[in-house]
Amino acid sequence: MKKIVTKEKSIKLIMLLAASTSIFIVLLIFLFLAKEAAPFIFKPGLSELFTARWVPVSFQKESFGILPLVTGSLLVTIIATLIAVPIGVCGAIYISEVATSGERRFLKPFIELLAGIPSVVIGFFGLTVLAPLVKSAFGLQTGLNALTGALLLALMAIPTIVSISEDAIRSVPKSYKEGSLALGASRLETIWKVTTPAALPGIIAASMLGMGRVVGETMAVMMVTGNAAQITASPLESVRTMTATIAAEMGEVPFGSVHYRALFCVGIVLLLLTFTINIIAQRALKKYRDI
Amino acid sequence: MVKMTTENNKAKTKISVTNLDFYYSAVQALFDISIDVPAKQVTALIGPSGCGKSTFLRTLNRMNDTIPGTKYDGKIRIDDKDIYAPSTDVVALRKKVGMVFQKSNPFPKSIFDNIAYGPRIHGTKKQSELSEIVEKSLDRSGLWNEVKDRLHKSALKLSGGQQQRLCIARALAVDPEILLMDEPASALDPQATVKIEELIEELRADYTIIIVTHNMQQAARVSGFTAFFYEGKLVEFGETEKLFTKPQKKHTEDYVTGRFG
Ligand SMILES: Nc1ncnc2c1ncn2[C@@H]1O[C@H](COP(=O)(O)OP(=O)(O)OP(=O)(O)O)[C@@H](O)[C@H]1O
Ligand SMILES: [Mg+2]
Repeated sequence: MKKIVTKEKSIKLIMLLAASTSIFIVLLIFLFLAKEAAPFIFKPGLSELFTARWVPVSFQKESFGILPLVTGSLLVTIIATLIAVPIGVCGAIYISEVATSGERRFLKPFIELLAGIPSVVIGFFGLTVLAPLVKSAFGLQTGLNALTGALLLALMAIPTIVSISEDAIRSVPKSYKEGSLALGASRLETIWKVTTPAALPGIIAASMLGMGRVVGETMAVMMVTGNAAQITASPLESVRTMTATIAAEMGEVPFGSVHYRALFCVGIVLLLLTFTINIIAQRALKKYRDI
Repeated sequence: MVKMTTENNKAKTKISVTNLDFYYSAVQALFDISIDVPAKQVTALIGPSGCGKSTFLRTLNRMNDTIPGTKYDGKIRIDDKDIYAPSTDVVALRKKVGMVFQKSNPFPKSIFDNIAYGPRIHGTKKQSELSEIVEKSLDRSGLWNEVKDRLHKSALKLSGGQQQRLCIARALAVDPEILLMDEPASALDPQATVKIEELIEELRADYTIIIVTHNMQQAARVSGFTAFFYEGKLVEFGETEKLFTKPQKKHTEDYVTGRFG
């Protein structure tokens, strides 16, 4: 008897350890980032971060204002989300509720295939196809701008959004749909007013995951956004994101320099941004669940 | 086959079914059903599991249309209109023929929005009108006093019996003439069942009700007419009292006395 109890206890402990590992790792990452970034607080001081110029290498005066990087990331992320979520959700609704089984058999693997394309390859596509298109469509000097980056990111987020939303929509109980149809609602009304709202928690989760991919994506945006560190709200301007900055500059930065510390600060801001997105998503879900 | 009508011919026919066959893909589920369902009466459908009661019920509001591969043959007329005619407006049909399912299925929305769902679909937009319909429907289903303080709370937080009465209220909200109920109380405890039966009694005067039940006592308590189905065929149809006390067919007698099924 006693033996069984001990065994249960140790199993419980192992499971607890397994469950806490992820929290532990996140904490560790955060601590590591904080440790490398911390000296920045003393020299040149935190206020430096909140300036509008990112000029890490200069003969006169270096400047480490991350605002243009933050706004660059936000601009690209917001536009990409605004494009990807509606398309992704509509695609999911189509596949789960409207498509014939033949169409579904073709579409699903195709979308999963799209999700598996490496981002560098998508970057090439952006560079050679999308950027020239954007350039001529808006009559610009260059097609390397926030809009091209956002379009490319949307392309990468859509498969995630489609496939997770589709699961959520398909798991809505059939009895809800029957209840709606029996009241005289059309198939479209049922999809729109019953099925989709019932699947909303899953759809929100899908959108958040898609957005997560957008915020964290590095390669493709680096290739097509033009990488000019400037504060702008115009999608047709060239921008530089936080991820692209870290990826491009980390390799050459002298270890322990102010620039090095500044890049870790950017990393922390990026981490906080993803946390914020997650928290907002959790809130939205909770609010939705208690109606 | 001769049409089975009620001997009590004073009752006006609401639904007239003639020679109905029904198929799920290649499998035939209903065989040559002919029946005249009287208006403003409760008609019970009884019979062993798998005999086609639900299938028959679902032909009356064309819910079977939603299952791919189904086929039918024969005629179903409601108020003398062929409901399978190409010109039939299925939306209007389902508005007129409400349905309550075996497992209560309120939408994951507030109580108010559940009831208002149907009227909104059919074009009622004004909030005051909707409120009025919601109150009337809930009152009609005996739920108003229990839920009037939490109309905007989730319908999923109601008890099982309340949820089923909510579904009845939701069906009533679009002002139907016929109510189809597929074992509406089979998932409920005895007290909740009594409430549903009382409600059916209440509604009888204004609606034509068809209720599927496995419970003989329930059929005897709530219905004026009973139809006995067996293996996809309508074996006997008549006034409930007669069918239970003096069944014409041996099969019916065996079933209602509990010798099989
Ligand atoms: N969607 C379907 N596809 C194929 N066959 C079906 C379908 N629904 C029912 N059937 C078959 O049709 C026959 C009649 O089923 P139905 O559900 O109408 O019986 P029932 O009398 O309502 O039974 P129960 O009392 O168990 O609810 C059964 O043989 C059943 O297997
Ligand atoms: Mg049934």
